[in-house]
Amino acid sequence: VLDPAKTWDVLVAGGGNAALCAAITARKAGASVLLVEHAPRTMRGGNSRHTRNLRAMHEKPTDVLTDAYLEDEYWDDLLRVTGGNTDEHLARMTIRASGAVFDFMRESGVRFQPSLSGTLSLGRTNAFFLGGGKALVNAYYLTAERLGIDIVYDSEVLSLAMDDGTVRQAEITYRGFPATVRARCVVVASGGFQANLDWMRQYWGDAVDNFVIRGTPFNRGRVLRNLLDQGVSPVGDPTQCHAVALDARAPKFDGGITTRLDSVPFSIVVNRDGERFYDEGEDFWPKRYAIWGRLIAQQPGQTAYSILDHKSVMLFMPSVYPAIRADTLGELAVRLGLDPAKLQATVAQYNAAVRAGNFDNTRLDDCATEGLTPPKTHWARVIDTPPFIGYPLRPGITFTYLGVRVNDRAQVLMEDGRPAANLFASGEIMAGNILGKGYLAGFGMTIGTVFGRIAGAEAARHARN
Amino acid sequence: MRATEAVGEARRVMEICNACRYCEGFCAVFPAMTLKREFADADLSYLANLCHGCRGCYYACQYAPPHEWGVNVPATFAVVRAESYAEYAWPPRFAALFRRSGVVVSLLMALGIALVLLLAALANPDGALTAARPVAPGSFYTVIPLWAMQVVGIASFGYALLALAMGGARFWRDAGARASGGGGGSGSGGGGGGIGVVALALAAWDVLTLRNLGGGGNGCNDNSERFSMRRRWLHHALFYGFMLCFAATCVGFVYDSVFGWQAPYALASAPVLLGTVGGLLLLGGTVGMFAMRLVGDAAVSPRALLGGDVAMLAQLALAALTGLVLLALRGTGAMGIALAVHLGVILSLFATLPYSRMVHGVYRGLALLRRAAERKLAPAGAGE
Repeated sequence: VLDPAKTWDVLVAGGGNAALCAAITARKAGASVLLVEHAPRTMRGGNSRHTRNLRAMHEKPTDVLTDAYLEDEYWDDLLRVTGGNTDEHLARMTIRASGAVFDFMRESGVRFQPSLSGTLSLGRTNAFFLGGGKALVNAYYLTAERLGIDIVYDSEVLSLAMDDGTVRQAEITYRGFPATVRARCVVVASGGFQANLDWMRQYWGDAVDNFVIRGTPFNRGRVLRNLLDQGVSPVGDPTQCHAVALDARAPKFDGGITTRLDSVPFSIVVNRDGERFYDEGEDFWPKRYAIWGRLIAQQPGQTAYSILDHKSVMLFMPSVYPAIRADTLGELAVRLGLDPAKLQATVAQYNAAVRAGNFDNTRLDDCATEGLTPPKTHWARVIDTPPFIGYPLRPGITFTYLGVRVNDRAQVLMEDGRPAANLFASGEIMAGNILGKGYLAGFGMTIGTVFGRIAGAEAARHARN
Repeated sequence: MRATEAVGEARRVMEICNACRYCEGFCAVFPAMTLKREFADADLSYLANLCHGCRGCYYACQYAPPHEWGVNVPATFAVVRAESYAEYAWPPRFAALFRRSGVVVSLLMALGIALVLLLAALANPDGALTAARPVAPGSFYTVIPLWAMQVVGIASFGYALLALAMGGARFWRDAGARASGGGGGSGSGGGGGGIGVVALALAAWDVLTLRNLGGGGNGCNDNSERFSMRRRWLHHALFYGFMLCFAATCVGFVYDSVFGWQAPYALASAPVLLGTVGGLLLLGGTVGMFAMRLVGDAAVSPRALLGGDVAMLAQLALAALTGLVLLALRGTGAMGIALAVHLGVILSLFATLPYSRMVHGVYRGLALLRRAAERKLAPAGAGE
């Protein structure tokens, strides 16, 4: 499939949602397209394979979204999670375009379903893919094949030879052998660098050895590094990543959704030394899970333990790993590898500080501690009913924020502010332009879809001129 | 349900699925799964029999092989299902027949054909079996006496119905709906579980439409990520073809015993029309499903179950084919042998019915009934 004499109109680096949207859009506009995916076919799709929905603006109920979700509310949500670390022009453009992606997705074979149990609060803002992100990726690949897009798996784009803002050619490994690819335009959609532990180590030191990478092991940031080394303008804090609390038993890579643990607000969380370190009941879990990755990363050994009792077992989604149980707190401490005396003392101190209230897990209730540091401000109940239950926790890295700067035509910008002539970007590699901090459920897929389509259309137009 | 290795694997897989739940839109299995936190052996038998094998969840699974978790719901449940057929077989000592279902069905079919041929030959000495007969009322009964057909037919079919009903009862005792939300870890919703008219109607609708063989309305994944309605349409052809053939037999029985109209009947008569259309549908459905089984993705169609599947399809296809052949040859000298072969196949079909893959219909229907009865229970521990 890889003809060394051929010059493609568009080369797409990457094989996830953003790459596929770009490739399909460019091909439909008449361009010849080569898509280079690092993963083997069975593991294709980057982090998109672990996603499940897309956040979309809409003015009235649709077949997959309830009620309405207007531009200003969407923007406010984004502003809140990013703390202003966004680009209003690009963000509002993305939000406006998010409501108009469904025809494209349906034409490409993507199917939707009602929101999942346990995610009812997202039914208004997010459209769920039938079967999740891998099913979406499958649909896009089928469409790409049908349209005649050339697809190579087990192949990684290593470098793009840039000359005065123009990509001349790409060096890749083609199924383990070096190869040169010529293309009139390039769309980079190869993700962040969170699976490149050596790169992560520059900012986090040896703590990365205790990090879990939630998604694909193929997001090595090779193209990102290569572009930044050639004078492409960076965006986003290189030291920052989206980190959540995960079950510590999760596999190093690709554990996806099932390793998350939602027990924190109904428990107390102690570190390796058996000490609490943050208010577990500060807010609803969907609004707090993303700060807990960082909190745990800052603890000794990057580990923590969620401790609860029998009363709270049914209040959260089951984790994929079995709960660790014991009839006494001391025994639980031993099973978790904690100092029994210390854990008992911490729980006793917490229990003594719990003020009676009306427990209600559906609202910010009045069950709180008094005179305890740090406090637990909601859902605080004494831990006294055996069996006692513990889960070990670690930070789970979803994605990194560092990326390449782009304009509203998805053109990659050079350090002097000029756009590169034939280089476009979509997906995680440029998401930091809009999402510089925090996270909004389903927004990564929105950015990838919207910018993938823009990048594909712009690349096709440029290639044919 | 016994705690076999396959049941253990099903538990491991369901515990992963229950922490993911991305597949909720595909079929009844996943909403049923969310009612549980812990899966008793009987729950896994229920879920396995609820699975229609559409494979939507396999191709959509982020944990499917080569992921280290190697989640493969359709293949895992197919093995548990096959084991459950042996588990609930009646009488229990015949459970071993399921372990070699393909061989047993094939042998019994050969025996059935040989037996009826032999009897027909004995009843028609001196070449009478191959003598040309006109298509006249009662001509079939000169080959095999009516009383013999009726006695053997009613006895073998009656036994099959009894054994299927006993198997169904054994399944329901083990894995059927409970008055309070089923066994194992209890659903947080509590209550529900009663079998009402609505539940029966919903389950019947699911059986008749194969709603759950639609992968959320898009079709099955036959052997790739591509969706297709092929399996559903072929199963419909097979099922409704079988029912039309059965109706033809019943109408014929009524014609003969109530009105005294003897077979064979005219081409435009109800039994012949029903049987011809039914036979063609049954033949098309079985051949199509056999072809699909051959090209199916080996990862989701366990090789060990191939024999039983093929034997069931071959038996049904032969029942249809020999019936159509009989219709074509009924005015010739080959009628006697054609009739004997057809009745031999039908006899073996009835005799093996409770011990072939055909039993899936009973357990699938009952699993759908339990799902319909539990449709209002809330997921366990969803938090909201």
